[in-house]
Amino acid sequence: MSADGAPVERHHILTVLVENKAGVLARVAGLFSRRGYNIFSLAVAPTDDSRLSRITIVVDVESAPLEQVVNQLDKLVNVVTISELAPASAVQRELLLATVAAEPAERSQVIQLVGVFGGEVVDVGADRLTVMLAGPPDKLDGFERLLATYEVVDLQRTGRVALPTIDVQPASGRRLVSVQPSAAG
Amino acid sequence: MQMTGAQALVKSLEHGGVEVIFGLPGGAILPVYDPIIDSSIRHVLVRHEQGAGHMAEGYAHVTGRPGVAMVTSGPGATNIVTPLADAYMDSIPLVCITGQVSSSAIGTDAFQEADITGITMGVTKHNWLITDANEIPRVIAEAFHVATTGRPGPVLVDVPKDVANATMEWYWPEEVDLPGYRPAAAPDPAAVEAAAELISSASRPVIYAGGGILKSRATEALLELAELTSTPVVTTLMARGAFPDSHPLCLGMPGMHGSYGAVTAMQQADLLVALGSRFDDRVTGNLAAFAPGAKVVHVDIDAAEIGKVRRPDVGIVADCRLAIEALSGSLRARGDLRTSRLAPWLEQVARWKEELPYTYDRGAADGTSPATTDRRLPGRPPLLKPQFVLETLRDATPPDTVLVSGVGQHQMWASQFWRFERPYSWVNSGGLGTMGFSVPAAIGAKVGRPEATVWAVDGDGCFQMTAQELVTASVERIPVKIAILNNGYLGMVRQWQHMFYEERYSEVYLSPDLPDYVGWAEAMGCVGMRVETAEEVLPAIEKANQVDDRPVVIDFRTDAMEQVFPMVPAGASNDDIVVHPSQTAALEKARSRS
Repeated sequence: MSADGAPVERHHILTVLVENKAGVLARVAGLFSRRGYNIFSLAVAPTDDSRLSRITIVVDVESAPLEQVVNQLDKLVNVVTISELAPASAVQRELLLATVAAEPAERSQVIQLVGVFGGEVVDVGADRLTVMLAGPPDKLDGFERLLATYEVVDLQRTGRVALPTIDVQPASGRRLVSVQPSAAG
Repeated sequence: MQMTGAQALVKSLEHGGVEVIFGLPGGAILPVYDPIIDSSIRHVLVRHEQGAGHMAEGYAHVTGRPGVAMVTSGPGATNIVTPLADAYMDSIPLVCITGQVSSSAIGTDAFQEADITGITMGVTKHNWLITDANEIPRVIAEAFHVATTGRPGPVLVDVPKDVANATMEWYWPEEVDLPGYRPAAAPDPAAVEAAAELISSASRPVIYAGGGILKSRATEALLELAELTSTPVVTTLMARGAFPDSHPLCLGMPGMHGSYGAVTAMQQADLLVALGSRFDDRVTGNLAAFAPGAKVVHVDIDAAEIGKVRRPDVGIVADCRLAIEALSGSLRARGDLRTSRLAPWLEQVARWKEELPYTYDRGAADGTSPATTDRRLPGRPPLLKPQFVLETLRDATPPDTVLVSGVGQHQMWASQFWRFERPYSWVNSGGLGTMGFSVPAAIGAKVGRPEATVWAVDGDGCFQMTAQELVTASVERIPVKIAILNNGYLGMVRQWQHMFYEERYSEVYLSPDLPDYVGWAEAMGCVGMRVETAEEVLPAIEKANQVDDRPVVIDFRTDAMEQVFPMVPAGASNDDIVVHPSQTAALEKARSRS
């Protein structure tokens, strides 16, 4: 994301289906660090198929050409498929949790802000509260900036997950299930 | 049939067609060493685990079959990391079995515990930590499949001691199931057509042949393509022998210490046909200035090599042999090869080759008494020219000799002055540049091809790193021959200090006399000889060629002042190639013409 919250093309999303085996995340992370590729965010979770997990990686394509990242990833034996999603043709969601220090006087302002963004208050104490917001990453960026007006004690974001947008799926959900020999021109 | 995991492991190796294991036992791998006594597989007991790895590499280089090494956990496993990295760089099929501490002890900093799958993740094609004895046959079958298919490479299988001791029901998997592993095979016909189009219209083409030619058994296909299209061929350090040096179209090795003809032909080419080569920095020099006018066709079985360094005009992800055969087929179908248009280019290339060959200061006209710039005391014989030793060795050995080298000046001279006519006759550490490679690699090569004469050309620095494996060779009756080009220096580092550090020689002097190489060789059960004069060179080599019951080591005293030419200084453009001082006039002439 750029400073004004607009999506920047240097971040591409790879959703990588991997075999659910010990050490797979280390193999993926190790490949990125070894070859000097930058990861912007990374989220890992099991899939409906217990043999597979899905890793959603937001790659900084300024550090290396995306094609090179994909081809190197594809060499990992435990990587089953790689799909590349351009930010413009993907539905992206991320979750944010933040604990904000707010005296009773301020509390309603924070709750109001959370309401405006469609978030939730998930925990409340005497002088602080924890709020949650799920949504597109740029919405979370905006929320995070406004929340900074208050005293943010702790803030955590999950990193994004994504699926291709449905109407453009055949064209842009470039499935690299079998990276076929092709003219790389 | 019930058996232990250890028995299943050895039986799996037998099923995989393994004929020899290079290894060294220890605590965690003990259970696996017990069934080895009853196995048909030969085991070669090394003196250091690094030796096991390089022997397995040497074996794989000359046979094309995967080399197998077996070592224990912890230090045994970490000692074999260098050979794994070496094999990874040079795409050598290797299966390394390591013992591991018992499953319950993993992660507790147990005695001789090392996270070897974690450590070797970046230097293996894949690795496995077995957690259940029932997995053993499946994982071994997968390991051999991954090591030998696609772009070959090293794999590692880590076997905890309790898994080796557990019992399992024997089976052998008929096929492997690796959903994420799909090596490329046949080329895309459209890409082949596009490449053929470029080849048939080029007027200054060069075939840039790399190690992939040898890996894919494509030497005959390469010869056919080169002759069909009259295209000159350069053979990289990993591809020496992939195309006969005596062939009129052969330009020899490109790169930092490559031949003037090979380097300059690539620079001035209008088309590079890269076949199983990877645009290594030692070949390209300054990348921005590399072959600036050339279009590129790049064939590689590894999709990640296409465009990694230089973006090709046509990329073909395929087995090299299949791609070359398809290219030849497409070109032949065109029937309009019109190779006459290449005449000026071939004439140009031939002139470079003829006017600026590899050379050195040969001294006396009869070539028997090489001149020297030696600073030794008067009264001592002049030191030998290393190139003279190599030429004599080349001419005095049988044509099917396998030549193995270490890393440094001697390696470059070996590649330059040998004449490679056959594939799989050259074994060296190209990508990683592993000093100490040659002695164990030569032993592995000799095990793989016992009928062939195996000579290792080594430097004195390299020899001191792994020489103890000659004890292995003596005990196991593996009669390799080692020619040490002993100049008393870490010669290549010295050359760089000479050229780029104002002759400030920092920590490169080794002494030619300490150790006493002849005494050391004899102590290890080898025949040891020392050669100091030109007259002694040939008789010593002939004597060594007669020995077939033990290893031979010859300590050739060579001139430390000698430098490897040509040289493209690191980071410089290949256009700024520095030739031997005696060739300055020839260089001027060649440059003024082109």
